[in-house]
Amino acid sequence: MMALRERAVVSLRSVPSLPKHVRIQYDSVRQAFAVLSPEKIFWPNDVSLDILRRCDGRSTVGDIIAGLAADYEAEQEAVATDVIAFLQEWSDKLLVRP
Amino acid sequence: MSTPLLPPIGMLAELTHRCPLQCPYCSNPLELLKANRELDTETWLALFSEAADLGVLQVHLSGGEPTLRRDLEQLIAGLAGRGVYTNLITAGVGIVEGRIETFAEAGLDHLQLSFQGARPATTDRIGNHKGAHEKKLETARRARAAGLPLTINAPIHRHNIEEVPEFIDLALSLGAERLEIANVQYAGWALTNRDQLMPEREAVDRQAEIVAEAQERLAGIINIDFVTPDYFAIYPKPCMGGWARDAFMVTPDGTVLPCHAAQTIPSLSFERFEPRRLSSIWADSPGFNAFRGTDWMQEPCRGCERREIDWGGCRCQAMAIAGDAAATDPACAKSPVHARMAMLIDEAKRIATTPSREPFVYRRIGAVTESA
Repeated sequence: MMALRERAVVSLRSVPSLPKHVRIQYDSVRQAFAVLSPEKIFWPNDVSLDILRRCDGRSTVGDIIAGLAADYEAEQEAVATDVIAFLQEWSDKLLVRP
Repeated sequence: MSTPLLPPIGMLAELTHRCPLQCPYCSNPLELLKANRELDTETWLALFSEAADLGVLQVHLSGGEPTLRRDLEQLIAGLAGRGVYTNLITAGVGIVEGRIETFAEAGLDHLQLSFQGARPATTDRIGNHKGAHEKKLETARRARAAGLPLTINAPIHRHNIEEVPEFIDLALSLGAERLEIANVQYAGWALTNRDQLMPEREAVDRQAEIVAEAQERLAGIINIDFVTPDYFAIYPKPCMGGWARDAFMVTPDGTVLPCHAAQTIPSLSFERFEPRRLSSIWADSPGFNAFRGTDWMQEPCRGCERREIDWGGCRCQAMAIAGDAAATDPACAKSPVHARMAMLIDEAKRIATTPSREPFVYRRIGAVTESA
């Protein structure tokens, strides 16, 4: 009945998005952005938040890296390693859908 | 106070104590409230709105069986309108066709469905409800069809601990994002039935290995959360993340509690929402302040390097086993009465393996005063 589920591996061609059960929300009480998920709430730092916001279901990981490298005036290669590792970690927790 | 007062982040709303199942480990109190004691729709909506103002980001709608409330759609919509993340905790039995879709349309974020067994006979026997397993499978399918993310919750004890691998397969086959292998916590009805429910040490060790292997093998496929059994522990759990630290719960009649079993601590009293406001109960009530932070702690907690990791563990377990709600949770190896946990495990094994053992006391109104 069901397709065999496999662990998604993040690559430059992945087009990540946030699954339906995960959302980013500004919390006016704590004056910070929260990531809400079924049992856990995360408080991402500015860079993490910047990555997650670009997971819009249209941009590839390559696009996201290029955008971040430009905005932070950083080497694309260094950014790539960090971003792919971050997205793989969040994907393994089912918080990002690559 | 040594720790600053934080706003609460999570809330468990027990909308009703009514339930079609009679699980012998229910976390509800032994004295169940009847329907006429439940808050009405407007009061729940007012409470939710105050909770959102106070900083609550996530509400778990539970019971009893919350779908027995005919106004559940309205309550979900009220929370969604305030941007609160909603999690419906259901037994998934007797939900009429089309209703799960209305929950999704009202803005429900996530559904958690309990299975008492991975096998139909186990589910039906533990919940004392014939046909429950089939109905749950149908609920899971409808939830997926409605596009709702799904957690399967498996409360674990002596009678289903060998089904842990099957629970994992079940959760995968139902397309769940998440599985909770949650060893029963011995409070409420589970404390009454402790001797019948306590698993054996060998089974607990096997379970831990199976879960650890599955967590690694299924990373990125399904999240498996493991709630370990307290009686076999070395360190206690940070119960509720610390007493009145960032979460609270509300009973069907609007009584606001730091945790499920808080009312088993005789020295404490708790207040109801309306006339009291949530904000004043959270900040100022003696029941909430009793074990907040670390100032209340005795040795060995007071001088322990883990005091802000596990916050002394569970106050209700300290009350139940050490006879002092301010004692170290006996689950902790540093507790002077930690050895009692092992004795209780052995005693449970002796009783559970006696052919003439007592049956479960099933959870139902008045059950504890009847002969079981």
